[in-house]
Amino acid sequence: MLASKHIMTMDDVTAEEIALILDTAESFAEVNQRRIKKLPTLRGRTIVNLFFEPSTRTRMSFEIASKRLSADGVNFTASSSATVKGETLLDTARTLAAMSCDLVVVRHKYAGAPQMLAGAMDCSIVNGGDGVHEHPTQALLDLYTMRQSLGKLEGLRVGIVGDICHSRVAGSLVPALNKVGATPVLIAPPTLLPSRPDILGAEVMWDLDEALPTLDVCYLLRVQFERAERMPFPSNREYATLYGMNLERMAKLPSHAIVMHPGPMNRGVEISADVADSSRSVILDQVESGVAVRMAVMYLLLGGADSGAAA
Amino acid sequence: MGYREKAEVMDARAMDRALTRIAHEILEANKGAGSIALAGIMTRGVDMANRLAERIAAIEGTTVPVGSLDISFYRDDVAIRLSPEVHTTDIPYTVEDRTIVLVDDVLYTGRTIRAAMDAIMDYGRPGAIQLAVLVDRGHRELPIRADFVGKNVPTSRRERVKVLLEEHDDREAVIILEDDGKEE
Repeated sequence: MLASKHIMTMDDVTAEEIALILDTAESFAEVNQRRIKKLPTLRGRTIVNLFFEPSTRTRMSFEIASKRLSADGVNFTASSSATVKGETLLDTARTLAAMSCDLVVVRHKYAGAPQMLAGAMDCSIVNGGDGVHEHPTQALLDLYTMRQSLGKLEGLRVGIVGDICHSRVAGSLVPALNKVGATPVLIAPPTLLPSRPDILGAEVMWDLDEALPTLDVCYLLRVQFERAERMPFPSNREYATLYGMNLERMAKLPSHAIVMHPGPMNRGVEISADVADSSRSVILDQVESGVAVRMAVMYLLLGGADSGAAA
Repeated sequence: MGYREKAEVMDARAMDRALTRIAHEILEANKGAGSIALAGIMTRGVDMANRLAERIAAIEGTTVPVGSLDISFYRDDVAIRLSPEVHTTDIPYTVEDRTIVLVDDVLYTGRTIRAAMDAIMDYGRPGAIQLAVLVDRGHRELPIRADFVGKNVPTSRRERVKVLLEEHDDREAVIILEDDGKEE
């Protein structure tokens, strides 16, 4: 049972609730290994995936999670909806509210869209990525993957490398790591850092090669060319030379350290193909964890609506 | 509301004897241990299933596989309340065509057993499902009965029956708790 009705930012969950979500996800991960990967838990509940931005893994992950819990999932994609006829977000929200759904997962190009929906609807809202703001379920599945691979979260030093200023993944991961007692370290050229990196609550380093030997996790971000107003560096090759992860750099990491990436990857830019496909890359584990973590979030948000009374 | 201990209905010796008898009854009903597997319901049912497996091994010399079931995701009241703690289910054997003996500490409304049967069925089609409980306290809300019962304990709905096991409680007993009338 979570105190907040929504998960819109990492502020909505406490450190204890993060632990509860990860523990619950572990039980759902077991279900995902079974031959019959379905539970009756959320039978009769309606979960709407409201995606105004393109997405493969997040939308499919939420969709699979809702199906495995026997909820009725409805997919909304902006390109095939009344949005192209000029319907506003608020009107879309009111329309959905009138059809009484229980949970809405929203992805939108503007930060704050989930909060706006929450004001217009009674149901729970899960942020599936809002602009360059936050993507909390991604941070939760990243924590889950780190905990599964390294056995703990507290005390980990997590290097977040690359396009910090356009990254909602970093926007959620930095506060999430701080909550669980890990240390986020931002590693990026100044053109890809926000103007005040200090207020994020993370260490900042410019030199990736210097940072590598100190890290437990090297988290590479996708360079978001589509969000950048102008090219933030002279060429892809220069970026790859200074900030790209390759086999030579991977060898500088401590032997236990893992390599992560939220996907989709620009192979050859922030990560070389041989690193992405190496045994130290847990990128596909992240995708796998995503389903279990989202099942846990749905279960904890939609279950126990009336009271927290223990059985 | 708080609860206070009203009576001890089984002590350590009585529990030990009941479990030994249940182990014999399971073997008698199934003509040996060949086709059976135990599935304990979290959390005390798992400890009891392990104890039954030890006794069956001592009697027959065969090891029966033991699994653990968490039924949180199969409860019929998920919308009203959540289990405070979810454990991971572990069924380390194939369910297909086997006789599965569900093991729980207390049988009450039968709703837990309904959920446990659904959970087991998701692993395959068992040949049969049987139910062993240490205490049957009555007040069934579903058409479910136990095949093997340690002790029938008539109770009021206002009371609680608690099985204390050394693994969790530093004491070995079955006790009845009653409402002390005080707000907690």
